[in-house]
Amino acid sequence: MKKPAGWMIWLLPVASGLCFAALWLGIKRLGDVSDWLLPTPVQILEAALQERSRLLVAAGNTALGALAGFLLAATSGLLLALLIGASRLLRAAFYPWLLVLQMTPVIVLTPIIVLWAGPGFPGIVTITWLISFFPIVANTTQGLLSADHNHVGLFRMANATRWQELRLLRLPAAMPYYLAGLRIAATLAPIGAIFGEYMVGNAAGGSGGLGFMVYVYNTQIKIPALFATALTSCLLGFIFVAAVSLLNWAVLHKWHDSFDRNDH
Amino acid sequence: MTAAQPIVEFRDVTKRYGDGPLVLDTVNLTVFRGDFISLIGPSGCGKSTLLKLVAGLNPPSTGGLSVLGTTPKAARDRQAFIFQDATLLPWLTARRNTEMLLRLRGEPETERRRKAAALLDLVGLAHAADYYPRQLSGGMKMRVSIARALSVAPELLLLDEPFGALDEMSRFRLNEELLALRARTPFSALFVTHSVAEAVFLSNRILVMGARPGRIAAEVTVNFGPVRTRELRAEPAFQEKVNEVTRRLHGVEEHGA
Repeated sequence: MKKPAGWMIWLLPVASGLCFAALWLGIKRLGDVSDWLLPTPVQILEAALQERSRLLVAAGNTALGALAGFLLAATSGLLLALLIGASRLLRAAFYPWLLVLQMTPVIVLTPIIVLWAGPGFPGIVTITWLISFFPIVANTTQGLLSADHNHVGLFRMANATRWQELRLLRLPAAMPYYLAGLRIAATLAPIGAIFGEYMVGNAAGGSGGLGFMVYVYNTQIKIPALFATALTSCLLGFIFVAAVSLLNWAVLHKWHDSFDRNDH
Repeated sequence: MTAAQPIVEFRDVTKRYGDGPLVLDTVNLTVFRGDFISLIGPSGCGKSTLLKLVAGLNPPSTGGLSVLGTTPKAARDRQAFIFQDATLLPWLTARRNTEMLLRLRGEPETERRRKAAALLDLVGLAHAADYYPRQLSGGMKMRVSIARALSVAPELLLLDEPFGALDEMSRFRLNEELLALRARTPFSALFVTHSVAEAVFLSNRILVMGARPGRIAAEVTVNFGPVRTRELRAEPAFQEKVNEVTRRLHGVEEHGA
């Protein structure tokens, strides 16, 4: 495939964005849609500016819940993957159940989670953890099992212990997979936190997160502020993914082929 | 030097995987200390399987096999295996890759550092010690792989088509380097290859193998002495030997067909 030139990469999204805004305004003008149903982009930016202190505090709270759930998922996911990746027996015993749990929509479990973990922050973190946990386990397990069989042969020939094989071969070989899992989890964690806040966050009292703001603005019928909340959530998601991409680069860029600039 | 000491002995060894067809049929073979033996033959002749039996990666189905006076598995820490691709760990530098086998043996860090540096120097890669495998050419990777194998001072080196993926010039150069290394750190070798010229250049014995079932069909002795330089390839005697092995190989293939 032909690569677009450098300036095109910047210009094209800007151009398509402008087209989209024009379409937006066109529909509004032609269909005579009221501001109440569909505000203009300018009105949304105004609302964002007006509500900035509340949205910032809310985004901070959401970030905290998302980060806690994400870190919990990143550590517990790795540990569980190590457990089921290291033993064929454990894998056979638990992997199917893991899939069953993954197939269960978290929304169905929400009341139970609130019952067990409690409303507010603990419930939010639990929901975030549940949502971002599976891609990490699935990816990392895959990575632990896909070590090059010649490398495994090399280790066997050298009479390596199972622990050495895990630590010096399978774990580093699984790193790209683990990081790919983290990247998926990074997109899911803020979503999980906002969903959690929307469902159980309003019981916490005090200042809520972005999910709580959705609830508040909705009851106040502040539609531009709802759009502004969406924008803020989007930015938060970007920050999460960017952070994991940075981590991915730091760990892999020296040796992994995905960072190979010159083909040889 | 005392009388030739046997280090590998196959007695009526056969091998089949599960209920599959016979992969190796009644192999009788004695490898003596100091031998450089090449295994050559059509694909499916079981030459890689034979190597894996010696390495203790697979057990023979029937027959007796002793390696370095003991079982193949027990002899593992006195032999080393070089795979067809260099099997370097991509997340480690050339230096750390060279240290890996010593690390697995629990050798202290300063000691394995010293040995790895010396070996990388020996294979001409001192300047590339901190490169990652993806920064190395195919020939350089194979040199690191050789350095890693030699780090454990193996008495027996098993090589499974190590230079098969390299261009001819790199292959020639690595053949010469391998012989030069052998003069400094003596090891016996079992060497699987598809190249007749390579087998003649390196070996004192060449086993021509036949397929379906895999077996040793003929043995050709090569008497060019231990010291061989690149000029050898231009000599008529070398070409004659290549022709002889090629003839045997054709004989095997016609029989098999």
